[in-house]
Amino acid sequence: MVIHSIMEKDQDKILSDVTSGEYKYGFYSDIEMERIPKGLSEEVVRIISAKKNEPEWLLDFRLKAYKHWLTMKMPAWPNLRIPEINYNEIIFYAAPKARPVLNSIDDIDPELRKTFDKLGIPLNEQKHLAGVAVDAVIDSVSVKTTFKETLAEMGIIFCSFSDAVKEYPELVRRYMGSVVPYTDNFFASLNSAVFSDGSFCYIPKGVRCPMELSTYFRINSANTGQFERTLLIADEESYVSYLEGCTAPTRDENQLHAAIVEIIAEKNAEVKYSTVQNWYPGNKEGLGGIFNFVTKRGMCKGENSKISWTQIETGSAITWKYPSCILRGDNSTGEFYSVAVTNNYQQADTGTKMIHIGKNTKSTIVSKGISAGHGQNSYRGLVKVLKNASNARNFSQCDSLLLGDKCGAHTFPYLEVDNQTAIVEHEATTSKIGEDQIFYCNQRGISTEDAIGLIVNGYAREVINKLPMEFAVEAQKLLQISLEGSVG
Amino acid sequence: MLIINNLKASIGGKSILKGITLEVKPGEIHAIMGPNGSGKSTLAAVLAGREFVEVTEGSVTYLGKNLLDMSPEDRAKEGIFLGFQYPIEIPGVSMVNFMKTAVNEHRKHNGLDPLSASDFLKLMRDKKELVEIDSKLANRSVNEGFSGGEKKKNEIFQMAMLEPKLAILDETDSGLDIDALRVVANGVNKLKRPDNSFIVITHYQRLLDYIVPDVVHVLYDGRIVKTAGRELALELEEKGYDWIKKEVENNVLS
Repeated sequence: MVIHSIMEKDQDKILSDVTSGEYKYGFYSDIEMERIPKGLSEEVVRIISAKKNEPEWLLDFRLKAYKHWLTMKMPAWPNLRIPEINYNEIIFYAAPKARPVLNSIDDIDPELRKTFDKLGIPLNEQKHLAGVAVDAVIDSVSVKTTFKETLAEMGIIFCSFSDAVKEYPELVRRYMGSVVPYTDNFFASLNSAVFSDGSFCYIPKGVRCPMELSTYFRINSANTGQFERTLLIADEESYVSYLEGCTAPTRDENQLHAAIVEIIAEKNAEVKYSTVQNWYPGNKEGLGGIFNFVTKRGMCKGENSKISWTQIETGSAITWKYPSCILRGDNSTGEFYSVAVTNNYQQADTGTKMIHIGKNTKSTIVSKGISAGHGQNSYRGLVKVLKNASNARNFSQCDSLLLGDKCGAHTFPYLEVDNQTAIVEHEATTSKIGEDQIFYCNQRGISTEDAIGLIVNGYAREVINKLPMEFAVEAQKLLQISLEGSVG
Repeated sequence: MLIINNLKASIGGKSILKGITLEVKPGEIHAIMGPNGSGKSTLAAVLAGREFVEVTEGSVTYLGKNLLDMSPEDRAKEGIFLGFQYPIEIPGVSMVNFMKTAVNEHRKHNGLDPLSASDFLKLMRDKKELVEIDSKLANRSVNEGFSGGEKKKNEIFQMAMLEPKLAILDETDSGLDIDALRVVANGVNKLKRPDNSFIVITHYQRLLDYIVPDVVHVLYDGRIVKTAGRELALELEEKGYDWIKKEVENNVLS
């Protein structure tokens, strides 16, 4: 017993040493912004719509959502401690003032360009990341989309949500809200009422998108909420791989991010959607950080369609999201690969829903939670097999890794199976990074910090391997940085 | 190479090592034998820098430096290798990745550039051949699902990769069948050079049929009670540890 307690003391020291890494993206850029007054009302919804010169049908959509939202209460079921959010203290619309019609990179506000340079996001197509087209969204407004013309030659539409509303209203109208209706949940309704921009993507029939499409989200202004929507449509026989990244400045107050992502995959289409989420997580004492309350859902609408979610969640004070798949088409496939890190006082309640409706539908869930410091990490997942979904198959694996003894890991798997031919499997493990493992690495000349990086990346490898190559390396570094100081 | 002087150490307040003095010169192989609980593994743990062992007295000088002041990873990079009695599993971390990190840390320490991927893989291939281990081992996660024998062979493989100046093998022979034992011993014999040293900790004499020690020490109750040449191991094999126990007790009485 005595030996044990001494070892634990060492481990505590180790842990407190390694979990003190700093957030690298905490800077603030002084960009001239246009903001509307704080608070939320029907008037505010109308102002947002007017600012964006929206058509009547979209204003209607917003108003219906707003009215519905007023009838709703924030749900209390997640395993999270969320301070009360005062919606009258939030600015619901902020946009860089100089939002010109951009003809070239030179038209971008230099301060804005500097911001993205600092983040390592190339807005300049000459300096592009190998084969990645970027849509940059700052405080809910898309500021620049690269490679638009190149993609257009293949009939691919990749632009800001606002531009899509103007230029492709039929597509937007047909699909928006078809996967996540405005009544879906508290934050989805809020988003539907006040969303300001986001990304839109359409891959036409039979086209394989030749490059990674990427949206980069940046919250910059103080006291603003970020509410963007992403709508991604993969028409029959098409393929696209999409990546989103996000960061925010270091601030003492919490900021709300409530986004919606809708994906539609038609017959034989395949969509890979990857997220590297690195919103500001708050400081070591748990002050500040982003509330990341996001609704992400994909509809495998056609036969043989496939939607695959991969997420690396290292940021945010609170993460609350369940990227899900509705497997409506026969033989369709849904996948969810997730690594969620909670360090210091971060909290995450994340997982997925796989709804099997079509016949021979398949889903795979691999969730890897990593908790350090006082972090709390919950996996929550639903696998639902409807009556007609014969031969549905699901495999779920939920692993938790604990660093230290002040953090927590929780698993809430829900299974609802209404078809006898379904096969549903669930595996779960919980492990700790042992002092023995770290010492073993030390003895081979590897420092404790590198050892943790190695062990954590080994643990998360199955998920990281699903990311596009360029981002897998970034994700590995990010994992290590976000656990810096957490074990020693 | 290594000078241990009156080393005393305890674990959780319980005294385990009660004054060990020992010198290992370059090119020597020392065997440390002794019954269970005599402090053999604790000695290995002190040399490798495990924090749960508290050194209460004495000194350890390694290549002229105070070893006890160095972190475990610095000791490793300065050329101390511990072959673990119970090698640790690290799921998801491939042997290639693990060894590449370790080798490059050693190289960095010595002011060398990291090895290129192809040079590294060639090095792995060469060393695998040298220690005759299954080449599939390298594609698996560190020790995960390895049999007892595979784990021990893997320790020898890592030793070959890191080319230590002083290798301490903590009961590397325990639980090995005769073939694995031969692989382990051959590894040591092939890696032996005039400028490096080995401390082979073992309970049984049979490993010493394959690895010929220059000096044999018998550890009992935290002290080295007998030091002699190779013949001591054979005598121990014949008479058993009770003989040592009796002798120690007689010495105390007289």
